[in-house]
Amino acid sequence: MFRYILRRLLQMVLAFFGTTLIVYALMFAGQGDPIQALAGERPVTEAQRAYLTEKYHLDATGVGGFFYRYFDYVRSLLQGDLGQSLTGRQIGDILQAAWPVTLKLALIALAVAIIFGVTAGVVAGIRRASIFDNSTLVLTLLVLGIPTIVLAPLAQYLLGVKWQLFPPTAGSQPTFYALLLPGIVLGSLSLATALRLTRTSVAENLRADYVRTARSKGLVKRRIVTVHVLRNSLIPVVTFLGVELGNLMSGAIITEGVFNIPGVGFNLFRGIRTEDGPLVVGIVSVLVVVYLVSNLVVDVLYAVLDPRIRYE
Amino acid sequence: MSDFETVAATENQAARRGPSGEPGTPNQIGAPQKPRSLAGDAWRDLRRNPIFWISSALVVIFTLMALAPGIFTANSPNDCLLSRQHAGPSGGAIFGYDFQGCDTYSRAVYGTRASLLVGALAALGTGVIALVVGMLAGYFGRWVDAVLSRVIDVVLGIPLLLAAIVLLKRVSSGSDNARIAAVIFVLAILGWTTAARVVRSSVITAKEQDYVAAARMLGAGNGRIMWRHILPNSLAPAIVVLTIALGSFIAAEATLSFLGIGLKAPTISWGQDIDTGRIHMREAATPLIVPSAFLALTVLAFIMLGDAIRDAFDPKLR
Repeated sequence: MFRYILRRLLQMVLAFFGTTLIVYALMFAGQGDPIQALAGERPVTEAQRAYLTEKYHLDATGVGGFFYRYFDYVRSLLQGDLGQSLTGRQIGDILQAAWPVTLKLALIALAVAIIFGVTAGVVAGIRRASIFDNSTLVLTLLVLGIPTIVLAPLAQYLLGVKWQLFPPTAGSQPTFYALLLPGIVLGSLSLATALRLTRTSVAENLRADYVRTARSKGLVKRRIVTVHVLRNSLIPVVTFLGVELGNLMSGAIITEGVFNIPGVGFNLFRGIRTEDGPLVVGIVSVLVVVYLVSNLVVDVLYAVLDPRIRYE
Repeated sequence: MSDFETVAATENQAARRGPSGEPGTPNQIGAPQKPRSLAGDAWRDLRRNPIFWISSALVVIFTLMALAPGIFTANSPNDCLLSRQHAGPSGGAIFGYDFQGCDTYSRAVYGTRASLLVGALAALGTGVIALVVGMLAGYFGRWVDAVLSRVIDVVLGIPLLLAAIVLLKRVSSGSDNARIAAVIFVLAILGWTTAARVVRSSVITAKEQDYVAAARMLGAGNGRIMWRHILPNSLAPAIVVLTIALGSFIAAEATLSFLGIGLKAPTISWGQDIDTGRIHMREAATPLIVPSAFLALTVLAFIMLGDAIRDAFDPKLR
């Protein structure tokens, strides 16, 4: 167990350096004269040039210099200093304003996935091969197969613009109601996966020995399902939902962009559109860290929750 | 969050979780069984599955559309007149005209080519990387396996969409073909891990078989055994995974184009058209709905086809 956690931790560190190195190399290396790029068309005085060279350690050239600056970037990333966007705002401030909105959206999506996905999954798992089961399988395949760039605009058009059941866009201060439709769209994918996972897990556990024992003791079906099966079946679902919360917080780029929700994904969406390099790199760096950490937490959680799994 | 990522992530998790995870090793495909071979059984299952037929038909139609779009529409996708902006259906334009006054249906038909090209080539690239890595790791085992498996773990840890955004932002200029190649390259180098794991596990099963021992006794070298005996027997599960991957690569390409960093203007792509249609949805909805439907149907066709084949070959998973 301890060795497993250690191994996962080492893997995460490797993945962290690998990804940040790629991000850094692609965005900042080999871009000609970075000082002139910063100044645009205006002339740069000698003093400014010397100051910036000193500040960003541009005098160190070659591979050594590159890694020097890379570690500089990693250090400020770890210290929470993300630099400024092209508009001059601190990226840290932008993210600080955006996180709560994204978290709210992610929680709505997660609630949707739990309420509908897990419930339907349990029913489908108990009644395997029934009409309900088969139709949920087809439906979830549909949901998993339809890309968000189709689902989000269509939901916005049909429910927001045409039938006007929901506000089509959320504003700068989104209410719960305005976040509901985007939350459902965002959560539909987690819903489908949670449903399939619950279904498989419940179906598998229903065939377990302890269920047969419980049945032969004469327990009613209701008690067997709620006490014995559910408890064991929900382990993988809980871990999935855990990692999903991390994913949802980091990845709502399309949904937030389409519904105009001022969260993290929306800022990334805007950064890409307006070619705001520093903003994109800053947000991507933070999101990668969130993604890696949430994956780690869930993997460890899984090992703790389910001792049947043996890691070498 | 984009769905291809979720699907991939879910599959990854299942794969990583090992023992209780789902998409494990499909059984030794082609291994002789008493009355019928497993492949024969699978085919019998498939023939009775309507989803298999529907998705195959869609795949055939879309492939045809990519190869010869002229069969499906007489209008040119680049014949645009601003004067008929958002005009209703007329002539060959059965779904009317879009914001730029182009034939909506014709653009969707011509958009098939880029999407399928990216999807197919990315899946092919993924397949090559996955076969090489999976074969080496599975066949040689020991430290080769240890190193390659760690590499797979690390690449799996990289979020696909975020990494693609960064990689593609770098290629901001270049010709159309260069852009298409860049998108294919990015998808292939980020998306090969799941397939590599599947190949690895099926190679591990295949190399223990009697025919491999027989080949070795006859004096065949490692290269010959891998190429002639193990490869054909571990190809089937890889092809299933790649079919599903093809669908998600198409979705990924559309998502990147939607964001404005995938395929760009002279190349017609559904992702871009969906983005334009989305912006003008209040004036006219068909320019949004038509490319959306094409994209969703294509992605679904490939994912359902792969799913149906996998179910047939490995009924345990159902």
